[in-house]
Amino acid sequence: MDLGSINPVLLIAALLLASTPILLAAMGELVVEKSGVLNLGVEGMMIVGAVSGFMAAVESGSPTLGFLAAAAAAAVLALLFGVLTQVLLSNQVATGLGLTLFGLGISSLMGQGYVGIRPPASPRLELPVLSELPVVGPVLFSQHALVYLSLALVLGVWWYLRSTRSGLILRAVGESHEAAHALGYSVLGTRLAAIAFGGALAGLGGACLSLVIVPQWTEGMTAGRGWIALAIVVFGSWRAWRVLLGAYLFGGVSVLQLNLQAAGIAIPVELLSMSPYLITILVLVVISSDKRRAQVNAPNSLGRTFHASG
Amino acid sequence: MSTPLLEVRGLRKAYPGVVANDDVSFAARRGEVHALLGENGAGKSTLVKTVYGLLRPDEGRMMLDGRDYAPASPHDARQAGVAMVFQHFSLFEALDVAENVALGMEVPPPMRELATRIRDVSETYGLPLDPNRLVGTLSAGERQRVEIIRCLLQDPQVLIMDEPTSVLTPQEVAILFETLKRLRTEGKLILYISHKLEEIRALCDWATILRHGRVTGSCDPRQKSARELAETMVGSELALPAAKTREPGEVALSIAGLTAASGAAFGTELKDLFLEVRRGEILGIGGVAGNGQDELLAVLSGESRSAPDSIMLGDLPIGSFGPNERRALGVLAAPEERLGHATAPDMNLIENAALSGRRRMGMVSRGFVNWGKARAHAEHVIEQFDVRVPGAGSVARSLSGGNLQKFVIGREILQQPDVLVVNQPTWGLDAAAAAAIRQSLLDLAGQGAAVIVISQDLDELMEISTRFSALNEGRLSKPRDTDGLTLEEIGLMLGGAHDLEIGQGLSAPDRAVEAGETSP
Repeated sequence: MDLGSINPVLLIAALLLASTPILLAAMGELVVEKSGVLNLGVEGMMIVGAVSGFMAAVESGSPTLGFLAAAAAAAVLALLFGVLTQVLLSNQVATGLGLTLFGLGISSLMGQGYVGIRPPASPRLELPVLSELPVVGPVLFSQHALVYLSLALVLGVWWYLRSTRSGLILRAVGESHEAAHALGYSVLGTRLAAIAFGGALAGLGGACLSLVIVPQWTEGMTAGRGWIALAIVVFGSWRAWRVLLGAYLFGGVSVLQLNLQAAGIAIPVELLSMSPYLITILVLVVISSDKRRAQVNAPNSLGRTFHASG
Repeated sequence: MSTPLLEVRGLRKAYPGVVANDDVSFAARRGEVHALLGENGAGKSTLVKTVYGLLRPDEGRMMLDGRDYAPASPHDARQAGVAMVFQHFSLFEALDVAENVALGMEVPPPMRELATRIRDVSETYGLPLDPNRLVGTLSAGERQRVEIIRCLLQDPQVLIMDEPTSVLTPQEVAILFETLKRLRTEGKLILYISHKLEEIRALCDWATILRHGRVTGSCDPRQKSARELAETMVGSELALPAAKTREPGEVALSIAGLTAASGAAFGTELKDLFLEVRRGEILGIGGVAGNGQDELLAVLSGESRSAPDSIMLGDLPIGSFGPNERRALGVLAAPEERLGHATAPDMNLIENAALSGRRRMGMVSRGFVNWGKARAHAEHVIEQFDVRVPGAGSVARSLSGGNLQKFVIGREILQQPDVLVVNQPTWGLDAAAAAAIRQSLLDLAGQGAAVIVISQDLDELMEISTRFSALNEGRLSKPRDTDGLTLEEIGLMLGGAHDLEIGQGLSAPDRAVEAGETSP
């Protein structure tokens, strides 16, 4: 056992990147749930994003195109869910579960010719001078662009929900779709837009995994991250900052336990592997243990089918 | 006489199987409070939803200020100067007052400016309101103020009010009427929907009466008696419940000093509750919605449990018993929310009958349901309580509110309870159905059961209950005999008007405080 081999600076730098897929997917799902829709298909959308982004990047040689393709493909898949649940009024839970199974299946079909290939490298964003600073350099100024994008998104989503009119309407639709409809706001339009946005972010999260973190394509490579993103949104009581905390906690413990495994610590590997899931859920449960507050933040119409009867 | 501000001609709106509005015409002028009067299902709501742009008529046209008016959405209506205060369904509990107001405006100013304007308008019209509070924490009266202010901020020409007084205390009603009279002098048209006749006679200048989607009359309501109006509205003579004369028996159920927190996010805590109900009497519990009614019902039905001896059924402590054990002992309850609380919406009436009656009616043996008995019970309820359905196999959701309520109440009464608790037994029912339910409650008490009626309809409580008690912020007032109780006294018991002022004048309690301070 050699704990000295763990470099805290590299650990933190790795944590930020490792958390990004979950953070992206969770921010998307946060917006979707705030509009009153429960989309359990996050895992499916992530993996479709991962394979689509991978394919597009390999074929075009451009990681940027890969990311765009990932967002677009997952958004299309999300809109399929949107049409089924919002227009055809199918059950959201069943449809979301179906979406995950469908996404896992179709992604392994699509990715058959791409196993074992390396995608074009997407370089870190090296900032002159700043990146060379000790400690803060590698942690803050030498990350992949997606890390900065995801942090900007947290800020953006928080600001959007809190301060813009459109964000207010979105929250209103999630709080009471009957009332929003009575005031003349489009419940369907708002929700479809939120679902597409959530899908795009989940897809981007998937591509972050297949193009930057791993980087290669393997079947089922999202490994339950979509489900963790869902749990983080609920236990983070639908608040952007808590979701950020949850995602970084998960990423942090994941990276740490890998380092501990490498250092040969005397804890069974199985326990270490389950620790990120366990610790993230435990911490968030404790944070959100005030049931009344959680009820206030929970969108009141979450998961309920809306049909405008006039 | 000036040209009408709003004119409706030959409006028709049909839904599959029912014509909600048929050839409806009326005209209303500026500076008028115009009543739309009718029973439930008479087509009042459809009519105003059409005016507000939520529905589009199949036939007919509307004119606003001499011009054609055909709003495609509420946005169009608001831009044309038509605003609406809804009966329910239009506030967001988890958002604050300012956000709720902003959602009802076309072009809301920035939040800080909006908060200032809300304060200004609320002071001008004597409707105090804090823009930063969450709507979920407000009382029903305050919520209505939010809606009214939301409308007033847009300076509308036409203000539609859908049953605005159904949730207010008498004092709050008086303040609302002051506000409406003030708006009338400012030249606005108020379309006032109600089925409370005395109110309409006190406030309105003209009334259009609807029945089964057609206009059956229009008149100056101040020239007519309430009875004449009611008969135009119902189309037949009203049967009033038989008078109440009975000797109260021994104490059937008592609560001593119970304090219980609420399970809901914006619920009300019950504080230091004392309650006693005797055999053969109806105890009426009044109060504005959100003052602990749901929590009280949950405590009585066993949905929320408490210390064993805090609730006594005769000599038996039942506080720790759940709903099933209490049902077996004869303590039954019918909650307010008919779909989802009193009944399972997608199950049929037989199943719903079995859900509440399986213990007392012996429908279950060795874990198997005797569906024959359940069907017999459901059919008995349907027959005895005149529930109008194709058959006992209909799902609860398919029944109209009034019919389902008759089923819910009948289902409990036919189990011959010793103690029956009902919350809002006639909410939203038309006069005939409400009278039938009140009569059945009176009959049940006449047979020696103890009945607790929780209701916001004071007239109803005065009509049927022997004693009256008010629920205010989770506290229950000392019960008083209803004979000789005046509306004024009830209003003080309800105590809901403590933070209201008419215009800039001091309200009575404030003056009392001042007088108390100046005396040595």
